[in-house]
Amino acid sequence: MSNPLPKILFIGYGNPGRLDDGLGPALAARIEALSLKGMTVEADYQLAVENAFEVSMHDIVIFADAAVRGKAPFFFKEIHPRSPLTLGSHSVSPEAVLFFAERLFHSSTRAYVLGIRGYEFNGYNERLSERAEKNLEEAFQFVAKLVQSGNFNNTY
Amino acid sequence: MAKTKVIEIEPLSRVEGHGKVSIHLDEHNNVQEARLHIVEFRGFERFIRGRPFWEVPVIVQRLCGICPVSHQLAAAKAMDIIVGAKKLTPTAEKIRRLMNYGQIMQSHVLHFFHLCSPDLLFGFDADPEIRNVFGIIKKMPDLAVQGVMMRKYGQEIIRATSGKKIHGTGAVPGGVNKNLSLEERDSFLKDIDQMKKWALGALTLAKNYTLEHIDTVKEFAAFNSSHLSLVREDGALDLYHGNLRAIDAGGNIIFDQVDYKKFNDYIMEEVRSWSYNKFPFIKSRGHIDGWYRVGPLSRMNTVGFIDTPVAQKALEEFKGLTKGKPNHMSLAYHWARMIEVLHCVEKIEELLNDPDLQGSDLIVKGDRTEEGIGVIEAPRGTLFHHYRVNEDGQVTYCNLIVSSTSNNEAMNRAVTKVAHDHISGKPTITEAMLNHVEVAVRAYDPCLSCATHALGQMPLVIEMYDVHGSLLERKGKCV
Repeated sequence: MSNPLPKILFIGYGNPGRLDDGLGPALAARIEALSLKGMTVEADYQLAVENAFEVSMHDIVIFADAAVRGKAPFFFKEIHPRSPLTLGSHSVSPEAVLFFAERLFHSSTRAYVLGIRGYEFNGYNERLSERAEKNLEEAFQFVAKLVQSGNFNNTY
Repeated sequence: MAKTKVIEIEPLSRVEGHGKVSIHLDEHNNVQEARLHIVEFRGFERFIRGRPFWEVPVIVQRLCGICPVSHQLAAAKAMDIIVGAKKLTPTAEKIRRLMNYGQIMQSHVLHFFHLCSPDLLFGFDADPEIRNVFGIIKKMPDLAVQGVMMRKYGQEIIRATSGKKIHGTGAVPGGVNKNLSLEERDSFLKDIDQMKKWALGALTLAKNYTLEHIDTVKEFAAFNSSHLSLVREDGALDLYHGNLRAIDAGGNIIFDQVDYKKFNDYIMEEVRSWSYNKFPFIKSRGHIDGWYRVGPLSRMNTVGFIDTPVAQKALEEFKGLTKGKPNHMSLAYHWARMIEVLHCVEKIEELLNDPDLQGSDLIVKGDRTEEGIGVIEAPRGTLFHHYRVNEDGQVTYCNLIVSSTSNNEAMNRAVTKVAHDHISGKPTITEAMLNHVEVAVRAYDPCLSCATHALGQMPLVIEMYDVHGSLLERKGKCV
């Protein structure tokens, strides 16, 4: 008998009205369109404390956000709960959400952060820059392959 | 020439968005001036020009990741006028009200349980290693769980009434695009008693804090001001719709039952060179004396009563503290906020039991007009949206007065008072002293800007400069 599929939560966050900050929700929309079994897809402006409850209900979570620096087209790494000193609803980090999930809901969810490199963040406009679009496509191919394989051991 | 130092707190921690406080000190560390700056330019009003009017309730949600629902509803109310919808169907109005109660509940809960409770429960001077939400988790894990679950409840109401969190399309010009299914209704009713219990607990906590620390609360960032909000025709608290009422510091009416579509006849905005944020004021009082406060404290001051029984009792206690006169204590915002959470939960229950929520008559239309004004009570106070639309349906003009803009002068006064009371003349400036300044700003729960929050930002930097702009000291907190 095969192992049951892991329950995966994908959270793409950012403000689509702030240019490349919309990379996270844009990827969430692409992933959602795949209608993958066992996968829950969320899009939001930012992470918030209540995400902790949802995280605790899944085996694996992927936090996808725009990255203002770092390698292109994206980075992908495993993260662990961490207690920051401060909290604001614009500044809840994925590690802090995990911390909440662990401390409040006794979660042991495995977590990854996907940082898709963006380039334009200043100004109001609902579009991605050309380079960010390319990075989005590569991130999409990567995530689609990853979640369909279910193999999170060899990460990017 | 006397040497002047400037301390900057940038950005503020546990405040929505990014702001900066600068405190100017002379050579004896006496505070000369303190200011709250908004450090991000808001070009949103220009961005929206040229967009089709029916998109506006969705686009304006991009303005803020914290209060998208408030902007959606204020814009939708303005667009109701554009499409000639003079009166919404009962289903549409009640769905929108439900959405607004969910929004205010979840916003207030986040602020109280996770952003300000560390200050209140551990003290403004407590070690910052403990004085944070993670200190709350350690000491009072049940309280932290309640905060998460209540916020989730409010967010789920938003999701059920508005659609997806990031592309909420529930409120449309002339009405709404969905009702509440029986299944959705039952899922919310199942937990409503728990929400009431927790809301009462939070209210007790906020009230007890105020009463047990009344000497501090009476002094800390307390100053007289006018107050403004929407009120219902009979003077009741109404967070979705009503007319404008402004009172002066003594509780005397400045204006009352003003149709909000005429707000421009009563309120003006002043620009000051050192902040991107404007300074609104009541026209009849002029730009020096006409500033006013908005938000939960102001609403408790302006309304005659609350139409839900438990919140009304709480309001009576609240008003009793100042013997029916306006309460001007910035820290009383917390108590007022928790009265509103309880009111929202009571109203949510009332609405969930109303069969109109399952109605199918969702949209009305009438004769197109070219100008629309929508005003709503957002979590942080009265929110004004004003648009003009051309014959082709494109937006040609947009002006927004957001709640935190209305509180701009008050927050600056709060910062100045606290800086004078707690920093002035002290030989060294400690983190605890600076936290007092942040506590004052935090009481207003300001949403200073809709900052891009991509990975890799630092939430708090404190810098001290001399009069020539040379950096004397820099303190940073990384997360």
